[in-house]
Amino acid sequence: MSDERTVTGYYRTLSRNMFLSIIIVSFIPVFFVSATILYQFRVTYREKVFEQLAELVEKHQLNIDAFLNQKVADIIFLSKSKGYVNLHDEKFLQHKLTLLQQTYGSVFVDLGVIDDQGLQIAYAGPFALEKAHYDETEWFQEAMKRQVFISDVFLGLRGMPHFIIAVRDVWDGKPWILRATIDFVEFNNLVQQIRIGATGFAFIVNREGKYQTRLGFGLEANHEDILNFFMNREHFSTRGVAVVERPDVSGNRHIYAAALLKNNDWLLIYQQSTADAFSHLNRTQWICIIIFILGGVAIVTMSAILTRRMVSRISLSDREKEVMNQQVIETGKLASIGELAAGIAHEINNPVAIMVEEAGWIQDLLEEEDVKTSKNLVEIQDALSQIRVQGTRCKDITHKLLSFARKTDSRIQYIQLNDMITDISALYEQRAKYSLVQIKTILDPSLPAIRGSVSELQQVLLNLINNSLDAMEKKKGGVLTLSTFTKDDQVVVEIQDTGLGIPEANLSRLFDPFFTTKPVGKGTGLGLSICYGIIKNLGGEIHVSSQVDQGTIFGIYLPKADDMSTDLLTKGENQ
Amino acid sequence: MSNQIPADQSDIRLLLVDDEVGFVNVLAKRIARRHFDVQKAYSGSEAIQILRKSMFDVAVLDLKMEDMDGIEVLKVFKKMAPRLQVIMLTGHGCEEAAREGMAEGAFDYLTKPCEFDELMEKILEAAAQSGGDHGHI
Repeated sequence: MSDERTVTGYYRTLSRNMFLSIIIVSFIPVFFVSATILYQFRVTYREKVFEQLAELVEKHQLNIDAFLNQKVADIIFLSKSKGYVNLHDEKFLQHKLTLLQQTYGSVFVDLGVIDDQGLQIAYAGPFALEKAHYDETEWFQEAMKRQVFISDVFLGLRGMPHFIIAVRDVWDGKPWILRATIDFVEFNNLVQQIRIGATGFAFIVNREGKYQTRLGFGLEANHEDILNFFMNREHFSTRGVAVVERPDVSGNRHIYAAALLKNNDWLLIYQQSTADAFSHLNRTQWICIIIFILGGVAIVTMSAILTRRMVSRISLSDREKEVMNQQVIETGKLASIGELAAGIAHEINNPVAIMVEEAGWIQDLLEEEDVKTSKNLVEIQDALSQIRVQGTRCKDITHKLLSFARKTDSRIQYIQLNDMITDISALYEQRAKYSLVQIKTILDPSLPAIRGSVSELQQVLLNLINNSLDAMEKKKGGVLTLSTFTKDDQVVVEIQDTGLGIPEANLSRLFDPFFTTKPVGKGTGLGLSICYGIIKNLGGEIHVSSQVDQGTIFGIYLPKADDMSTDLLTKGENQ
Repeated sequence: MSNQIPADQSDIRLLLVDDEVGFVNVLAKRIARRHFDVQKAYSGSEAIQILRKSMFDVAVLDLKMEDMDGIEVLKVFKKMAPRLQVIMLTGHGCEEAAREGMAEGAFDYLTKPCEFDELMEKILEAAAQSGGDHGHI
């Protein structure tokens, strides 16, 4: 039992080791190759996304700067070409505004001419800003300091977000300013059309971090951290562009791309959530993971199947090997039993010879006259002849044993099965007598020789005859018929008993190794499987037919030795 | 049973060689009773010692002895007394050794245990072969 458990444990360990080895060998390279490729792909993809975003903001930086520069150029042109004289006429100014609006749409909201005191001398536009005073405003003070000024976005007197382009000129020794208001909505559109993916949007802030464009709907306006980051101008490339990935206050990671605008006064910032920017990458990653998992499942399944197959193959061959070993052991055992029997037979011969001779000596002495008159003479002579008869029997027995033992040879040779059966049945005479079994032999005198190993065939016959005798002993007697004949060019030996028979259910498993109906320790269950193996090796077959309570017939079918070799054999024997 | 042995056989000198003491003793008694001149040797070496001193017509030699191999003893016998006829006793199934002995010049062999009458017949045949010329070195 414990042996069986050890054996099962051994195969379980073997299975597990094989399974793990296959898994490890298959998975490790796949895993590392996948990981390396995925990592490289990630890095490359990230670089590509960053580059794309840098390009995007750079393009819009150029666009916005171009927009502003063009508007400035228009106002400068207007101021230089028409001059204060024309422009302070409100009708003329209105005419010019209409022209500009016809050219650019509603980008220009209004135009105004302001004198050096901050008083709006002329105004063209939708608001009632004639004679408005700007001397206190920040933009007027800034505008008076330089030739061209673009303000930040502010609410101003009209109470709506806008910004101003102011151009300063001189007329009659005094400076004056031509001012144009740029429509916030139009400018805002320039920035808001920068949209990529689901979360990408852009906005502009000034130096103080004030938004110069509207944020998209529903977008939080907490950009303190990133604004602080971009305040450091060292983060920008020579083209005035910077890209960085940072987490926001709630911990979500975003990619920020920034570009400097309007002579570094404004900052165009494009923001997109990392997950959104890398959505393609993430999808690819998921596909890879799914393929990896499916592949893994396939590998695991295949390894399990392969392992099971291989281990069952190994266990089968182990069992076969065990049967073979057992066969070798049994053959060896038979040979050593043969040797032992021969030794004993020799040893017994001497005492038997002495006994017989001593009896002869008594017989000699009985010839003397004085003993001849004894009234017990007849009795003594009877006893002496009994001793002689029994001595002769002993001699016969030892002779049978010796002729049997002499033939324990495992070399393949030509064999006359009739002789072998005669020898063996002689050996079993005594046991048969005690078991009340009658042994009958029906031998075909013209039976051809076969080729095989004497000891192996002896083993087969002994095994089958032992089984038959066992079966008949249980029934307190019977008839064992050993017959030989030729059928379809095959030499057949039939061992027929009138024993208990074999139940139908056991017949199919009869030749299986380790199949036994005997109690534990009584039979190995290998006898018949060894017989089967031996007969198979000789190119023959072994058949069984049985009926419960009627008896069993074992038939051994062997190919006859080819005719030429039989001739040679007979010649050899004659020589 | 041929228990009636003619008187003229008394001058047939016979040597029994076997390490089985009981066997040699009883055989010697039975043969001596039939008026043969019998000597016993319980080993191969003893037999050779005896053969040095006396002459024999026939020797009955067991091939399986403990001190010397029967065939070796036979060879020595044949060298010492070429005309000495040797009948070998061999176990059943050991006929190979007996055949070897025949090649070495033995007269015949019997398998053990043998019939006494058969042995006596062989001894008489061998003695006739010996022809009374008891070669001795």
